[in-house]
Amino acid sequence: MNKVFTIIKREYLTRVRKKSFIIMTILAPLLMASLVVVMPLMMMSGDKDHKKIAVVEEITTDYINVIPDTKDEDFVYLPGTDINDIIKSFDTLGYYGVLFISPRALTSPILYSKSQPDIGLLDHISGSMEKEIEKNKLKEYNIENLDSILKQIRTRVNPVTNLVDEAGVTTETSTGIAMALAYIGGFLMYLLVFMFGAQVMRGVIEEKTSRVVEVIVSSVKPAQLMLGKIIGIALVGLTQFMIWIFLTIATVAIVKTTILEKTNMTEMTQNITKSVMEQNQGQVPADIKVAEVSPQMAEFSKILDNAMNQNWLLIITAFIFYFVTGYLLYASVFAAIGSAVDNETETQQFMLPVTIPIILALMVAMGTMQNPGSAIAFWFSIIPLTSPIVMMARIPFGVPAWQIILSMSIMVITFIAFVWMAAKVYRTGILMYGKKTSWKEIWKWLRYAG
Amino acid sequence: MSLFEAKNVTKQFGNFKALDDVSISVPEKCIYGLLGPNGAGKTTLIRIINQITGPDSGELLLNGKKLLPDDVQYIGYMPEERGLYKKMKVGEQALYFAQLKGLSKPEAMKRIKYWFKKLDIVDWWGKKAEELSKGMQQKVQFLTTVLHEPKLIIFDEPFTGFDPVNANIIKNEILFLRERGATIIFSTHNMSSVEELCDNITLINKAKTILEGKVSEIRSKWAANEYELVLDGNVKIHENGKYNILNQEFVDNKTTVRLKTVSDVSVNEILNTAMKSGNLISFNPALPSMNEIFIRVVESRN
Repeated sequence: MNKVFTIIKREYLTRVRKKSFIIMTILAPLLMASLVVVMPLMMMSGDKDHKKIAVVEEITTDYINVIPDTKDEDFVYLPGTDINDIIKSFDTLGYYGVLFISPRALTSPILYSKSQPDIGLLDHISGSMEKEIEKNKLKEYNIENLDSILKQIRTRVNPVTNLVDEAGVTTETSTGIAMALAYIGGFLMYLLVFMFGAQVMRGVIEEKTSRVVEVIVSSVKPAQLMLGKIIGIALVGLTQFMIWIFLTIATVAIVKTTILEKTNMTEMTQNITKSVMEQNQGQVPADIKVAEVSPQMAEFSKILDNAMNQNWLLIITAFIFYFVTGYLLYASVFAAIGSAVDNETETQQFMLPVTIPIILALMVAMGTMQNPGSAIAFWFSIIPLTSPIVMMARIPFGVPAWQIILSMSIMVITFIAFVWMAAKVYRTGILMYGKKTSWKEIWKWLRYAG
Repeated sequence: MSLFEAKNVTKQFGNFKALDDVSISVPEKCIYGLLGPNGAGKTTLIRIINQITGPDSGELLLNGKKLLPDDVQYIGYMPEERGLYKKMKVGEQALYFAQLKGLSKPEAMKRIKYWFKKLDIVDWWGKKAEELSKGMQQKVQFLTTVLHEPKLIIFDEPFTGFDPVNANIIKNEILFLRERGATIIFSTHNMSSVEELCDNITLINKAKTILEGKVSEIRSKWAANEYELVLDGNVKIHENGKYNILNQEFVDNKTTVRLKTVSDVSVNEILNTAMKSGNLISFNPALPSMNEIFIRVVESRN
């Protein structure tokens, strides 16, 4: 046991002291944090090309000027232009496309363009036109004070999701938060298991090619060496993970207080106001501005509340459990692969069967967010090779306790079986040189005695 | 008294028999040569002694008692291929291997410092293994092998990669270790080092022991009635039915004759004949080199 500890210590220290580890550990959270902060900013400020779109109306001019310009698109009205002419020349005239409105087919205007227009543009056109058409239809009823009535009856409905647990306690939750957590949980699991599993493999190959392994197994049992290595690297992973979480939180907090609150909050407010104004077609009195902004802020704080309402204890416990067992399972397979080959290029043929379940799990996990209770999500969160990733993606949406317990039990049984088998392959593999190993060979090693 | 004994060891990998009923008995404080062509089963036997793999059948005894897992601390092993972590500082590596052999950290440090000084490699402490030449790495490897003062040390091809100066240093260290009471098994193809160092040998071929015993005894046994005479001047010795001339040459004003007696002929008779022919300078029973014996035995078996 003492010797296993010596091995763990070496595996841990040599990795933690590496320059690449220190750089990755410090850089990754900065990158993550900048993603968290920069991405929304980029989405807010927009980074698209500015487009000019010609609007041509056939016969009538009722819908001229109904589509307002946006940040990225200018709508230029060309009354009296022949559509057949402009279609030929809009490109050279500097237009992105031509919107053709005909009273004969009001609900299906045609947008001519050289490239597929983005959804945002189409939404904008349909939204503006629908509103105008509805307004015109309403006008035909000759209702007095139509505008103020319309303003009065405008309503927004935001469903609030409440989860009810077995004890009948309800908790208000947010699907957005759950999705974010599912995504982060599943992806992080994939990243950690794969990254550190591959490190185990590389470590085993290094020891084998440099023949250190012969010296070591003359002092300790091969299984001890394998376990020491796997545990040592797991600790490296956990260390890095903890530092990442801490640094990410710290960076986000610092950035939020220094930048967001000073500059961007005002910008955000302006953006929100602007969008509200756009909805009301510029006819918003000044006092409504304030009234419309504060619900947005209230919603923001509600999102935070909802995030706190998530079952963090379960999520973190499950994450650590699935990381440890999933890592042990995959790392032992990686160790066995590393022992069976002479160099890293030879690992290819064995890597594929290992990579497939992981990639599959990731794909299912992404799909799970749309439908966390589906049969596919259920089965993949029970099957041990995929369960760590898929279950992490399901848990934020709420999973029945029996499913978690079933999944975890199968996971424990499987990882023990895998470690045991891997140790057998490893024991034989590390001492075999110069022969290309086949699956048949590995099967034979599994059955060697003592 | 044998320090280490392997009795009737057999090891099979699938259909391939790596060792077939092999026994060796290594006397205490002796240097024991393990010889054999490539693929004969030497490495398998060494791995079994190191408990890296277990035998299918047979018995292993250390000091007359059954070899146990904890006995690794009494055994030192230097494999043929140099096993060092490329990116790890050599001082730390030595410490790591010593601790794996069960030494405490302070004790290991003390001994490493002693050996680094002794092998004149103190300056290398903080160097990574990959920065060292092959011979330098071997010195470090040697040191890690003997650090825990094992009773039984196994060297697999210890001299490959060394220049003559360093090879000599290592040779003297091996002799010194024996003087201090260690028993040494070494496997090699280098027959001159066997003649120089080994007290006993075992020759393994195709998983079986084909020759075993004291080097001196084996050599005189294989000498098989061959003698070498050196005479002054250019002299011709003629066959007379009692012996056959194998070789006769005249170099440096001396004649060297190698002859083989036919049957029971006393040495005196040969000497009488020789003295009649000219001035005798020397007379020796011609011992075949271990190299010759090795080739002859292996070829006769094939």
